Formats: sequence, structure tokens, C-alpha cells
Amino acid sequence: MATSSRPFSIKRMPGFSLLALTCFFALYMPLAPLVVYSFNAGDNIALWEGLSLRWYVSAWENDLVQSAAIRSVVVAVIASVVATSLATMAALGTTRTRPYRGQTSIYAMVNQPLMVPEIVTAVALLIFFALIKESTGYHGYAYLISAHTAFCIPFAYLPIRARLEGMDRVLETAAADLYATPWRSFTRVTLPLLLPGILAGAMLAFVISLDDVVITEFVKSAGQDTLPTYMLGQLRRTITPEINAISTVLLGVSVVMVTIIFFLSRKKA
Amino acid sequence: MSAEQDSSTESFESLEAHAYQLEVRQNLLLSTPALIVLFCAASGTLLIMLVFSFLTPGDYGGIKWQFSTEAWFQVAFYRDIFDETVSIADAHLSIFWRSVKLSFLTTLVAFVLGFPTAYFIATRSPETRNLWLFLVTIPFWTNLLIRTFAILEIIRNQGLVNTVLIALGVIDQPLDMLYTDIAILLGMTYVYIPLMILPIYASMERFDFQLVEAAYDLYATRWRVLVRVILPLVKPGVIAGSILVFVPSLGAYVTPRVLGGGKHLMIGNLIELQFGQGRNWPLGAALSLTLLVIVMVALIFYVRSAQKEGGAHGH
Repeated sequence: MATSSRPFSIKRMPGFSLLALTCFFALYMPLAPLVVYSFNAGDNIALWEGLSLRWYVSAWENDLVQSAAIRSVVVAVIASVVATSLATMAALGTTRTRPYRGQTSIYAMVNQPLMVPEIVTAVALLIFFALIKESTGYHGYAYLISAHTAFCIPFAYLPIRARLEGMDRVLETAAADLYATPWRSFTRVTLPLLLPGILAGAMLAFVISLDDVVITEFVKSAGQDTLPTYMLGQLRRTITPEINAISTVLLGVSVVMVTIIFFLSRKKA
Repeated sequence: MSAEQDSSTESFESLEAHAYQLEVRQNLLLSTPALIVLFCAASGTLLIMLVFSFLTPGDYGGIKWQFSTEAWFQVAFYRDIFDETVSIADAHLSIFWRSVKLSFLTTLVAFVLGFPTAYFIATRSPETRNLWLFLVTIPFWTNLLIRTFAILEIIRNQGLVNTVLIALGVIDQPLDMLYTDIAILLGMTYVYIPLMILPIYASMERFDFQLVEAAYDLYATRWRVLVRVILPLVKPGVIAGSILVFVPSLGAYVTPRVLGGGKHLMIGNLIELQFGQGRNWPLGAALSLTLLVIVMVALIFYVRSAQKEGGAHGH
């Protein structure tokens, strides 16, 4: 180009691209030291002493970490499966239907956990469960699992509903015209078409449950630490690169899941 | 209605009404299980918390079943244990003030950085747009505690920021950034900024750039185009983003706990304190409900302004 100035573009705003790129850099830069130092051979989280997997091994061999990891996964699997089933039913009951009384209230109630600050829900659950614990003496995992199921429902509901809204009723009508029973038309037509939405919802619910700190911290009974609450407890003490190793693994799980969800919900019905 | 209405039409109508009733009943049945779980482990428990806020604290945590309005009184006032004199609860009010101030600043910084970012993504070609969007979505769904921990590591005295600044000769001594309000502000902005970018992008995606072209044809400057054409049209996205950042910031618990180091409390930490060392569950319940009311006011403000926007454009 002979001209020194750039051609006039109506979309260009001076400085915006620079700010945006700074923003992208800032989103990812802080994660780099976290991941890099998880592979550090030394004891220090600030001094690099060579590549090693020793902190992954030490985290894996730490009984507290291992039991917290298993607990996290078990709770997340149960909560996300139950929440996704309930959310699928609720989505079928509130989408693609003639408007009826109470429909908006159901919608509001399903999304309620998204609007109330987590700390408020956590405290309310602490109080409610304390009452039940006192009167029944039961201190098991049902509290943690039901709390996780409840706050996972809206996250599972939204992608399922979005998928359902894009589906045409005509296909089910065609199935009915061909003498399919309602159940058969549901299992052979609706469900297969809805499956990507259900999978996205289930994975979202799984990630949300796996990452939860606040509600778990308030609801858990003694000895029911999940990985995030275990980490929160450790941050009060001296931090070892073991925390970096756990973080890197959790980060990896989230990134993989989110990537899959992203592509699942991209493709329209 | 005519008297000689066809009987077949009538039966068809009643059949229609019956089918509708069946459909509604089925819809309600399908939604009920989810609603029961949500009521028992989310919304319903708020009512119990309301009851608790009117009870007397137990000696070792918990409550005594004795009606009292003391907890609500303690939200804003302090009663001296010995001489019963009443004064304003400075500690609570300063924590409320810090929470509102930091949440507001978080929203502001997130807007200043998030708006150009959303604009940047919206002006890319459709293929690359998805990639940029994906880069914002990933941190949005990754663990909040881990992202807070990442900030903790880079602003420590031996952290990346101080190391680089010392190496560059900008400073001699490490800056004490950790356990300050600035650290909390930085952490909350980092954690919540995707919530600002995504809704602004959503309303910008549909933006018609011919309007910008028209404005330039009419000799508008870039600044004028931005403030008078683009901003008003993406306002719903900006309001949605601001609410989505402001609300969780106000209720933040993990970020101020990790980056504030127990000295710079926000409402979330004050609430937790009542269930720990404070042993004042009714006060904790009353503080939680106060936070909930502030959040609801913000949400109502959002719904109102969203409706006004919808009405103004007439579709």
C-alpha cells in the first residue's frame, strides 16, 4: 500500500481491538503459572526446579485428596443424572405447548436458583438441613446430593429447552398419523432428536456440580469434603504445588466438557 | 352465539376443550418432580430462613424457639452488652458499603473492558467469531475457586506480576497487593467478566452496521457514532451484562475469602461468620434476606428497563 493511513472502515473503533486482545490475554495469562508450576520438581510454588509429575503422584497418593475426588465425582454423577431427568420432563411440560395458567410460574421456579445469590441458598439449606439432622439424626450424603440436584436443574433445563424450541411438532404429528402410540413416538422421534440437548444439559450439570464450592461448604457434614472444599480448606494453610496439580486436573476436565457442550449445542436441529 | 348451533361443532369444541385439559394436566405432571426438588432444596428453604430470622440465637449456634426481632435490629444497629446503649452497627454498614462499592466498581471495570471485547468479537467474520466466543465461554464455565486461586498466585509478593515488575526495574520492593480491596476487585472482575461480554455480544450480533454507515454519511465522528448510535441500540445487552456481574459480585463469598484474607470482608463473609464464630444464626438469616432483597431490587430494575426497551422499539 502506498498510502500511509489505513482505509476507512465503518466497523473500526480506535483502541477497541487492543483492549479486546488485552482482555483475552488477561483471561488466560493467570492460568499459565498455575498449570506450569503443577509440573514443578521443587517444593516451592514460585521457584522452578525442573519438570516432574511428583505433585500429581503425591496428590493421587494423598488419601484425603483421593476420597474427596471420588466423592466429587459420585455426587456430580448422581446429581447430574437426576437433575437432567427432571429437567427434561419439565422442559417437555413447558415448551412447545399451548399457553396455560402457571406456565410462567413454573419457568420462574425452575430458574430461581440462578437468581438467588449462592450464599443465600447455602445458608437457607444449612438451616433447613440442620433442622432435619436434629430431628432424624441422619447425617449421610442425601443432603449434599439433593442440594446439588436442585441447583443443577436450571443448568440442565436451559439447553434442553433451547433444543426443544427448535424442533418441529410436525414430526410427532406424522408419527401419530402412522399409528405410533404416544410413548413410541416419544422414544423413537422426540427423544433421539432431543438427545444432543439432553447431553449438553447433563454435562453442564456435571461441571456445575463438580465445581461447586459455596453450597457444598455449607451443606456438607463432617468428613464430606469434595475436591473444591478440600482446596478451599488448604488455601488457609501453606500452599503446596499439590493444589496446582488438582487445579490443573479440574481445569482440564472443565475445558474438555465445555468444548464438547459447545459443539453439541452449536448444531441446530 | 346462535341458538341453532350445529351439534357437531359443539361436540368438536368440547372435545377440543377436553384435549386441552389433558395437555395441561400432562404438562403439570411432567413439571411436578422438578418443582418438588427445587422447593425442598432451594426456594422453600428461604421461607424457613425467614422464620429463623425471627428467633433467638442458641448458646452454641443453632436457635432457641423464642420469637425475637433482635436479629433484624442487629443488621443495622449495635446494642452494648453492658449498658444497653444503642449505636449504629458501623462494622456491618462498612461491610455492606464495601460490598456495594466493590460490586459497582467490578461492574464498571468489566464494562470498560468487556464492551470493546464484545464489539471486537461481533465485528469478526462469522467463522472466526465462534472461535473468539469459545475463548470467552471456556473461563465462564471453569471453576471459580481455581480462577481465584490463579489470581492469588500471580499477585503474591513472589508472584508473576511482582517478579516481572522488579525485573523490569519498575519497582524495587514487591507491591503488597494481596489481601486488599484492590485484590478483591481484580479477582471479581477476572472471574465475572465473561458474564458482561456474552450478553453484550448477543445484542451486538444482530446489530445492523448500515446504521453506522448512515451516521458517518451524516458526518458523525467516531465517538458520536459510538455514543449516539451503537450504545443506545445495544443497551439491553449492557444492562443484562451489568446485572449479571453486579448480582454475583454482591453475594461473592469465595473471592473475598481467598483474596481478602479474612480482613476485607464482604456481605457473604459476614453471613458465614454468623454461622461460625459468631454463633448468631438468626442474624445470619436476617443478613442473608437483606442481601436477597437488594438483589431482587436490582433484578426488578432490570426487568423494568428491559420491558421499557421492548416497548420503545415496538416489537
